Amino acid sequence: MMPDRHDMLFRSLADPTRRAIFERLCRDGDQTVGALTARAGVSQPAVSKHLAVLKRAGLVRDRHEGRLTHYSAQLGALAPLVDWTSQMAGFWQSRFDRLEDLLKRMDQ
Amino acid sequence: MSEPASEMRAVIVEREIPHPPEKIWRALTQPQLIAEWLMQNDFEPTVGRHFNLRANWGVVDCQVLVVEANKTLSYTWDTMGLKSVVTWTLTPTGTGSRLRMEHAGFPMDRDFAFQGATAGWQRFLAALEQTVARIG
Repeated sequence: MMPDRHDMLFRSLADPTRRAIFERLCRDGDQTVGALTARAGVSQPAVSKHLAVLKRAGLVRDRHEGRLTHYSAQLGALAPLVDWTSQMAGFWQSRFDRLEDLLKRMDQ
Repeated sequence: MSEPASEMRAVIVEREIPHPPEKIWRALTQPQLIAEWLMQNDFEPTVGRHFNLRANWGVVDCQVLVVEANKTLSYTWDTMGLKSVVTWTLTPTGTGSRLRMEHAGFPMDRDFAFQGATAGWQRFLAALEQTVARIG
């Protein structure tokens, strides 16, 4: 089972529009909803909705400045996804299993 | 931004395998055998040789670093914006071999998260999207 936190991260980033918004924040730094909307290809309310999902997953943070809200990417939230050591350990264990199966077949 | 600049980690898998090193070496170095347990590939056991490993989720770019027949095989493993190194070591035992795999060079810092977020993640996340769609 995937822990809830992972689940939320995965689901947040699985949507292409949401992912594009997050990637834009990673690449270009802080942005307002208006600036994000100009390039997102969807309406401002839709962008706001996506930002709310990203915020719940801890992937973005908002900062109010006068009447404008600036959003920034929280790269630390990606840590569970970039835990390469545990992902790769699982990968290699399964490949060792397959290697051993192959070696048995090579005997015959 | 006060995190350490680059903390490197490694994955190590080690097993006693009831087959001689020579035979395991074949499985590690012959393309058609590698394909059976690892991935499709165009491997060649020549130092400096570039090859890649291909899976449905993407491609791993590699370059052979060390070839010591029946003992040591090492190659770079470059995927999703991350360069790492895989090293295989074979040691004969009374009943077969000890096979050790070390996959080293995982930086666990923010720079890597950033690099990932802006590069190879797109490919990874596209696969993720399909997985999430499947699990509903």
